[in-house]
Amino acid sequence: MISVADLHKHYQVHRRPPGLKAALRSVLHRSYTTVRAVDGITFEIRPGERVGFLGPNGAGKTTTLKVLSGLLHPTSGEVLVDGHVPRRREHAFLKKIMLVTGQKQQLLWDLPPAETLELNRAIYDVPVAEFRETMAELTELLELGDLITKPTRQLSLGERMKCELAAALIHRPRVLFMDEPTIGLDVSMQAAIRGFIKRYNERQGATILLTSHYMDDVAALCPRVIVIDKGKLSYDGGLEALVRRVRPEKRVVLHLDRPVEAATLAQLGRVVTHDTAEAVLQVTQAAVNATVTKALATLPVRDLTVENAPLEEVMSELFARSRAARESEQEATLT
Amino acid sequence: MRLPATARALPALFKIGFAEAVAYRAEFLVWMLSTTMPLIMLALWAAVAREAPVGRFGQKEFVAYFLATFIVRQLTSSWVAWQMNYEVRHGTLALRLLRPIHPMLTFAVENLAAQPMRLVVALPMAGVWLWSVGADEIPRDPTLWIAFGMAILGGWLITYLANFAIGCLAFYLESSIKVMDVWLALYFVFSGYLVPVELFPPALRVIADWLPFRYQIGLPVELITSAHDGGAALVLLGRQWIWVAAMLGGTILLWRRGLERFGAYGG
Repeated sequence: MISVADLHKHYQVHRRPPGLKAALRSVLHRSYTTVRAVDGITFEIRPGERVGFLGPNGAGKTTTLKVLSGLLHPTSGEVLVDGHVPRRREHAFLKKIMLVTGQKQQLLWDLPPAETLELNRAIYDVPVAEFRETMAELTELLELGDLITKPTRQLSLGERMKCELAAALIHRPRVLFMDEPTIGLDVSMQAAIRGFIKRYNERQGATILLTSHYMDDVAALCPRVIVIDKGKLSYDGGLEALVRRVRPEKRVVLHLDRPVEAATLAQLGRVVTHDTAEAVLQVTQAAVNATVTKALATLPVRDLTVENAPLEEVMSELFARSRAARESEQEATLT
Repeated sequence: MRLPATARALPALFKIGFAEAVAYRAEFLVWMLSTTMPLIMLALWAAVAREAPVGRFGQKEFVAYFLATFIVRQLTSSWVAWQMNYEVRHGTLALRLLRPIHPMLTFAVENLAAQPMRLVVALPMAGVWLWSVGADEIPRDPTLWIAFGMAILGGWLITYLANFAIGCLAFYLESSIKVMDVWLALYFVFSGYLVPVELFPPALRVIADWLPFRYQIGLPVELITSAHDGGAALVLLGRQWIWVAAMLGGTILLWRRGLERFGAYGG
């Protein structure tokens, strides 16, 4: 469905130091540097997959999504989306895809979302009967109610995002690129949007490539993740496997009836957090059984769970490792 | 461009464009006030012609000319250069590019959709024009009216394409609005907006004949005020449509090349 081979996207960026002198000098002489936003990434995505596209700020995630949706022309490399070269922006391609961003909206600000929905129906040439059917489905899934008849500017951020999704999906795209779709939303609205994306994928069989800084989004939606950093691919595979690779240790979470000394806890494993009612221990996979048995036998444990390290920690460790690898590579080049 | 599907989308685009024009009625009114320069020029030139006519222009001819100028300006306006400049710089053009309809067409329909609002102002002014020139001075020849219609369409197309082309320069420059300012300065001088082109000194008139500005406003106004016979009108219309074709070609080229440079910044 999506095939990316050795994709590069480089920008020429004008740089100048602050100050009047530098400003005047830049009138006569401009200096540019090349930013390698995407630097040779390769991956394939099968039809109907939900893939998380992760990386720190400036990693090249959004740039890649924009190349895949035909907004940016790649510097080099091959990109195919359902058999189309995105940069050609053929009508058949544009009718199959949609890019939803949490920071840009297509809804007409001073008119009710119903007007944008009707406009999209006309532009995407959706038959009226199919439009009504899709609208009924979207209204149910997104709990739109009468939101679409209120002027867009009077809607809350969450309500607007729901209507954005409806406007983006009225033509039932087969490929959905989502860039931070839950940014700025409260926890319950995030959960609602996540639930909707999953159901849309299951009902329509749509392929979804999603970027998000909220790891809850990724954990709930994406069995597979692609991680990029500074434009280079650093991981492509299952989410579980990524966690096992980066943080193979397990977390034993103890809910305590009464406070326990840190020194006592330290005998069982590395203490990650500790307060009067709860303690989190980090132990190796092999030591989990022994630790659990000993904790139940020797400590005032009311409840106990065994978990993986939080995804946020896994990701920040992965990014830190990539950064360290890059720095040592640079040092090796300099020496 | 697949015409049938695109053509089916046009009424919806037009409806939305009109709804937006109505929603922004206060801004629209302010813009209308900024186009009243021909009425000021009318007062100035009518005062000049009080003692003796200027060329073929007496007071009555100046009134007819500048009222027609006001109406033609309303009917041939476009503001897409500002929209494009904003959308390229802020990356919101991306939202148009995601849709299976050419942005050149969507911007055009949005601009045209404001025309009914403009007619609200232009039609009473046309009534005043009719009253001031007298029914006898209204051109009777239907071909002249057809030529006038063609000239209005050509004038709008030149204005729109020039705006769009200058908007495309935002792909290449930090901001293309300064280029638009230069265009507007030339437009005000050479279009016949402030002074009828036939009153220009001969050397300047030759320049005006070869530049596109006269064909934006001057030509339709000259046709409706019977300044040209059939043959001359046809030659001028031919020149106008050569400009339309040239600007269409240039604009498409700028658009295609520019799109390769589009950064789709933000979000």
